[in-house]
Amino acid sequence: MILIHCPYCDEKRPEIEFANAGQAHVVRPVDPSTYDDAQWEAFLFIRANPRGRHHERWRHIHGCGRFFNAVRDTVTDKFEATYKAGKPRR
Amino acid sequence: MTRFSGLNLFAKALGGHKGWAEQWPDAVPKPAYDAIIIGGGGHGLGAAYYLAKKYGINNVAVLEKGWIGGGNTGRNTTIIRSNYLYDESAHLYDHAVKLWDGLSQELNYNVMYSKRGVMMLAHNVHDVQSLQRHIHANRLNGVDNEWLTPQEAKAYCPPLSISPQARHPVLGAALQRRGGTARHDSVAWGYARGAAALGVDIIQNCAVTGVRRGVDGAVEGVETSRGYIASKRVGVSAAGNSSVIMQMAGLDFPLESYPLQALVSEPVKPTFPCVVMSNTVHAYMSQSDKGELVIGAGTDQYVSYSQRGALHIIEHTLAAICEIFPIYRRMRMLRTWGGIVDVTPDRSPILGKTPVTGLYVNCGWGTGGFKATPGAGDLLAYTMAKDEPHPINAPYNLDRFRNGRLIDEAAAAAVAH
Repeated sequence: MILIHCPYCDEKRPEIEFANAGQAHVVRPVDPSTYDDAQWEAFLFIRANPRGRHHERWRHIHGCGRFFNAVRDTVTDKFEATYKAGKPRR
Repeated sequence: MTRFSGLNLFAKALGGHKGWAEQWPDAVPKPAYDAIIIGGGGHGLGAAYYLAKKYGINNVAVLEKGWIGGGNTGRNTTIIRSNYLYDESAHLYDHAVKLWDGLSQELNYNVMYSKRGVMMLAHNVHDVQSLQRHIHANRLNGVDNEWLTPQEAKAYCPPLSISPQARHPVLGAALQRRGGTARHDSVAWGYARGAAALGVDIIQNCAVTGVRRGVDGAVEGVETSRGYIASKRVGVSAAGNSSVIMQMAGLDFPLESYPLQALVSEPVKPTFPCVVMSNTVHAYMSQSDKGELVIGAGTDQYVSYSQRGALHIIEHTLAAICEIFPIYRRMRMLRTWGGIVDVTPDRSPILGKTPVTGLYVNCGWGTGGFKATPGAGDLLAYTMAKDEPHPINAPYNLDRFRNGRLIDEAAAAAVAH
């Protein structure tokens, strides 16, 4: 089982305390009414699925309950960093 | 290619089985082909076979980065069924089941397709309603599926616990009698042997590292670890790595790749006569002809290419198995492994053309691609040969994520979500 560092609790906790919440830094439409079909497709469905460095959101659902971002290698599953939501992309 | 027959087997047995020729040659890449298939799993080998057999395109290469059938084809739990809710899905998966029916004869290779029946359990009122809706929809589409009471389910699969005190009580089950299992390695080997006999080059240890496009945007060939190979027709059938290949061609795909795990027990005498699936509690089980219980677990929650998966996923599945089949509580597990499955937002595959001329795709089968192996191969071959999708796979285009005509098939994955 993977150990994940929660940047709010500042502790490494087992993976089962956390829920993955998909790709990080997906920006919501500022003015949705101006979006065409291609932009909606990109926002709703197209996801980075890299072999290697991946930015993703996690939620410490059985802990502090807060969302944070992480950088993880998808081949080794090793976490490079976790950082608080709202902080710039690592 | 030596044709297998009883007589042949007998004759070779007299020689101590030393007279068998190799079943297909390990090909060296040529500079150019009429068509290239990326991915040497069942789907890709099937596509190459049907391209040569049905459409007369024999100058074909199958590029496999590892060994034939070493990816998801050799890692799945070999379940075959077509009891899907929507019309598009029923047509797609039943097309495959119909091909499974004569596949051993067609390939002259025993794929051990066993119609032992697939039984899906209902544990609560929602399951009952959902499964009965599936049964009605299936029957309207000519797909067999029937409702069993708990007692009938127990009669069909004696190890099942239908005790009302059970942690996961069985309120009934849906049974597709044509469903069952097949020997997954045989499917890959049978298609490889059949395709090679028709002139297809099966090239192993050949990873694709780039897709070359011309000034008009059309595909010109692929860069590989064994050099550049030219072809104006390239079919991608790379399962969990499909989006990686698509990125090489400059396309973003609506795919995410997750580890999906399976495990087998120590071999025991035949005790388990069918396939049982419980989507609600994540338990999928059958017994192989070797005697191992073959158990499917769920996916990990995060994107990964690690081909491992976490232990707590397996624990969850085994906890459910022990509740539903208490007779197996003392069974010991022998091996576990993981494969990488590519999941689309609507849990239905993408099978057809892409925005790049000459580039075709067969991906997004998620956790349930094995059952579709002959059908997917056949339809990818059709699409590549005619440069247009067959009516069966026409709805499975990439455009559906833009125009909203999703095929939102919750039954497509063998996991609840």
